[in-house]
Amino acid sequence: MSPIDVARAVRWTRLPGPLPIDHGSVDSAQWRAICAQCRAEGGRLAALWGSDERAAGQGFLVHAIVASAQRRFWITLGAGDADPRFPGLGDLFPVASRLERALFDLLGVSSGAPDTRPWLRHEAWGPADFPLRRDFARADPMAPGAPPYPFVAVRGAGVHEIGVGPIHAGIIEPGHFRFSVVGDEILRLEERFGYTHKGAAKRFEAMGLVDGARLAGRLCADSSAAYAGAYAMAVEALSGCTVPPRALWLRALAWERERIANHLGDLGALCQDGGLAFGHTQFGLLKERWLQTHDRLFGHRYLMDAVIPGGVAYDLDAAACRSLDAECASILETTRRLQDIVDDHAGLQERFLETGRIDEARVRALGGLGLAARASGIACDLRVNTPLPPYDRLQTRIAVRPQGDVAARVGVRFDEIYESLRLIREVLAQLPGGPVRVPCDGHGGLFGVGIVEGWRGEVLVAITRSPSAAAHHVHIHDPSWQNWPLLEHAVLGDLVPDFPLINKSFNLAYSGHDL
Amino acid sequence: MHKLIRQILKTGIVRHPPSARPEAPPEGCAEGRALVAQLGRAITVRHVDAGSCNGCELEIHALGNALYNLAALGVRFVASPRHADILLVTGPVSRAMADPLRAAWEAMPDPKRVVALGDCARGCGIFTANYATLGAVSAVIPVDIAIPGCPPSPETIREAFAALMARS
Repeated sequence: MSPIDVARAVRWTRLPGPLPIDHGSVDSAQWRAICAQCRAEGGRLAALWGSDERAAGQGFLVHAIVASAQRRFWITLGAGDADPRFPGLGDLFPVASRLERALFDLLGVSSGAPDTRPWLRHEAWGPADFPLRRDFARADPMAPGAPPYPFVAVRGAGVHEIGVGPIHAGIIEPGHFRFSVVGDEILRLEERFGYTHKGAAKRFEAMGLVDGARLAGRLCADSSAAYAGAYAMAVEALSGCTVPPRALWLRALAWERERIANHLGDLGALCQDGGLAFGHTQFGLLKERWLQTHDRLFGHRYLMDAVIPGGVAYDLDAAACRSLDAECASILETTRRLQDIVDDHAGLQERFLETGRIDEARVRALGGLGLAARASGIACDLRVNTPLPPYDRLQTRIAVRPQGDVAARVGVRFDEIYESLRLIREVLAQLPGGPVRVPCDGHGGLFGVGIVEGWRGEVLVAITRSPSAAAHHVHIHDPSWQNWPLLEHAVLGDLVPDFPLINKSFNLAYSGHDL
Repeated sequence: MHKLIRQILKTGIVRHPPSARPEAPPEGCAEGRALVAQLGRAITVRHVDAGSCNGCELEIHALGNALYNLAALGVRFVASPRHADILLVTGPVSRAMADPLRAAWEAMPDPKRVVALGDCARGCGIFTANYATLGAVSAVIPVDIAIPGCPPSPETIREAFAALMARS
């Protein structure tokens, strides 16, 4: 039987909600066949995680969401009870390797992959403890005397290692970078994360579905609206709740404003790292005023608690809409002037051009997505490829640059600021009337998923409810899972002193990754 | 170059307006004044993210923008804890960060003080103690001053530092 026939034998169920996605329970042959077919079609693995459904008599379940050009499939595989296992996907999708290691750390379900090093687990819990099992209830002191993490060694004359982190020199989230270098040239970079793991999935289990939105918005502060939005979409799909049109348009407004806030901040930081302090000052001021508007009209500088299941927590009157529109005009003018200066600045361009390059083929092989992929010539953007309301009415213009270097990632940020400003003005012009929220407390479905094109890329939230027990499991996937490995490749052959600039040009999440 | 200079002139000097909103004062400021009496009016700060969501870090970055200009108060962020008077800690202290946090604190010369920034660091955020977090900075090292907020606004943090820097 060909892989296509195997996939056809699955009983697919279209999940409720605006996102076109089918769910199917599969056996292990179908699990592999569907993923292989997706890979063959140029698709990618969007998320991989597990849940403990032993109370419902289903043992441990492993879930994967795979995405090809237009369609998404959520497949669920029973992994057994006593010695749970499933066939790994690392040979098809490189990102699966870290996801499978994380899955084992949290739930003790093994993929049989050769790399059995912990990924999220440090010393906080032992190798035989699995915190996402529902019968795990320990909060003991740390496991003492854990062996050091075995980084892959590079051997050869003159090779030495530089270890950086978890505490970095600047004001940055914690993580560890292990460089193998000759002189100043980077031969290999290996990342080590998990330092900000806070047990969020366990915390979600103790919160109500609707209340969980507060937590979802506090997992990765720079993407609070995207996280809360994807979470709200998943809860709405479970509850069968229909969000009023005005709320959908107001959400898009928040997401585009969040994108601009981050791009402005990153452009400032990139100017700073490139040696143009002027740019840092100017973009810093623009971002600050933008955040003050968030505080004044949306209730929070980082839009926390603004997007809620059933709608949004804010509304805008005509005067607010006018002031937002005027702000867009003013930001547009200043940003264009600043881009003119940045583009003309020989010293800055010398740092940006050709630095931290990663080409399209490599990004595709690694399954990269979002801003970083677009800067390597890949036209992937949920707002364009699968436009959910109101993006189906907005005709978003995708920003793609082929070069794959720091300059391209800077260029995509400028392009996206202009496009998001245009989208915001469109939203303000077309904003429908009506309520901004509806109650969202129905309990119908068992599977709910939400995806938002956040400023880094697709933020995915999947919620499963146990059919018998009154329990749910929340899984959140940040695009940084796919894109952190891009950084390991982008720095090869570059100089160690260029690493901060290259890293900043990706600006990936630590807390959002370590969930 | 002329475009750059024109933009600088157009922007002018940005001044921080007096605080518009009364905010909760930082806890333990009296202790902070004693520190300034010992150290003089220029203090150095080492920041440690002990598992925050990055919200507090965004606001620490904002303190450096032209509007809040924390450096003008005499506060400077340094790369090494060996150069620091104050350890500024965010996050509920993930267990993986407990040892690095303690190591940073031990590396600081005396006299030294610890500021817990944000609700998570104070032990009253959305992340409570569990298998992965200790729940508060004070579970690992002694905390002298706590600044509330999720995240604390730059005004709140600036005022806390201004209070620290005030001559008692």
